[in-house]
Amino acid sequence: MAAWRVTVSDECIASGSCLGIAPKRFALGDDGRSHPASALMAADEAVLDAAASCPMEAIAVRDAQTGEPVEPR
Amino acid sequence: MFHPSPEMKELQRSNPVVRTRLPDGRVGWLVTRYDDVRQVLIDPRFSRAAAVGPEVPDAGLGQAATDTILSMDPPEHTRLRRLVAGAFTARRVEALRPRVTKLVDELIDHLITLPQPADLVENFSFPLPVQVICELLGVPPADRHLFHEWSDTVLSDISGDPAEIEAAFAELSGYFARLLAAKRAQPADDLMTALIEARDAQDRLSESELVRLCLTLLVAGHETTANQINMFLLVLHEHPEQLHRLRGDLAMIPQAVEELMRFAQLGASGGGLPRVTTEEVELSGVRIPKGEAVIPVITVANRDPALAPDPDRVDVARPLTTHLGFGAGVHHCLGAQLARMELQEALRGLLGRLPRMELAVPVAGLAFKNGMIVRSLQSLPVRW
Repeated sequence: MAAWRVTVSDECIASGSCLGIAPKRFALGDDGRSHPASALMAADEAVLDAAASCPMEAIAVRDAQTGEPVEPR
Repeated sequence: MFHPSPEMKELQRSNPVVRTRLPDGRVGWLVTRYDDVRQVLIDPRFSRAAAVGPEVPDAGLGQAATDTILSMDPPEHTRLRRLVAGAFTARRVEALRPRVTKLVDELIDHLITLPQPADLVENFSFPLPVQVICELLGVPPADRHLFHEWSDTVLSDISGDPAEIEAAFAELSGYFARLLAAKRAQPADDLMTALIEARDAQDRLSESELVRLCLTLLVAGHETTANQINMFLLVLHEHPEQLHRLRGDLAMIPQAVEELMRFAQLGASGGGLPRVTTEEVELSGVRIPKGEAVIPVITVANRDPALAPDPDRVDVARPLTTHLGFGAGVHHCLGAQLARMELQEALRGLLGRLPRMELAVPVAGLAFKNGMIVRSLQSLPVRW
């Protein structure tokens, strides 16, 4: 199964959208912003949903091996 | 008009998670602290889908939220939200800013030709967001006279006649069914055409979901923003030193919009849509059993000293990093970025071009429309 590298940029406004869509994949940091629960994670459709639903487009998902963007494409 | 009730403030201090009988006679938990309300809005164990039904209190929010995207949980919610999220991102909204600036200018050009005092609701706060959401969706703005009344009725609170509300939904649904048919025959560069493509070419939503989604976007896209334009002006009027400060430095407007979103109450009840627990959850040391209705009292949470010190003071320069004015979680306002931008441009236009604008009647003389879930002023007479 593919592994993904997930990042959340400084654009995050802590809307909490990703935390609701993929609660196991994101967590709120002490800085009030969302962070991936782990930098590397197994492919999970909910993470793509979270990235596509982020109002700030702050979530980037890349293939961990090739570095190819998965979402946004 | 400007502050939550002392009883609610006291609850936040001494009894922040409390089971109580609500105005409609049903029983639910009131949650009033910022951290707890934020958790209720984000944590999937608080379900919106489970909160729709006759046994769940509606906290004065009426029926508007049933049977729409507002009453769905992931993954159903996510499927629909993804279809429209791309049209409302910060980047897409920024591209609309010049158009909104121009609309603001045109509305003010027209306003200043009117005899004074003139009604800002009729001539500015409503037409601006209506025009913007209509252009974005692909709805003819000239139809405003058609959908305005239906939209008001759809936003009725619990005092509304269910049959009338259902009839207004039916009228709006019929209206959109006709619009969608016309749009299928003649596609355009707008959100409705994109949603038709998602329906017809990709089968990503049903026909009735398509109609409901368009309807929701139209209604949610203008009543809320119109209300906040009015409320922002009223709050500034009541705090002349803040108004003076903002007029002296219009670059503060984006920051001021965040503070005013925190401070100005949008919903008539001050609460957010109720949730129902799908398992036992502990909040501030209180155990809420499974299957209980929970009301996140957003207005009071926005006045939590833990979020903003001296919370009942409005300070347009407050360095606010977050607030719950647009909610949070999967139901975080889809149009938040658009609303922010419209509110910024509305304030920039009004304060910049009409620096002497003032209310023509005392605040106590202003009347809200009765029986609506968002606070909607009947009129706002101003001089300039």
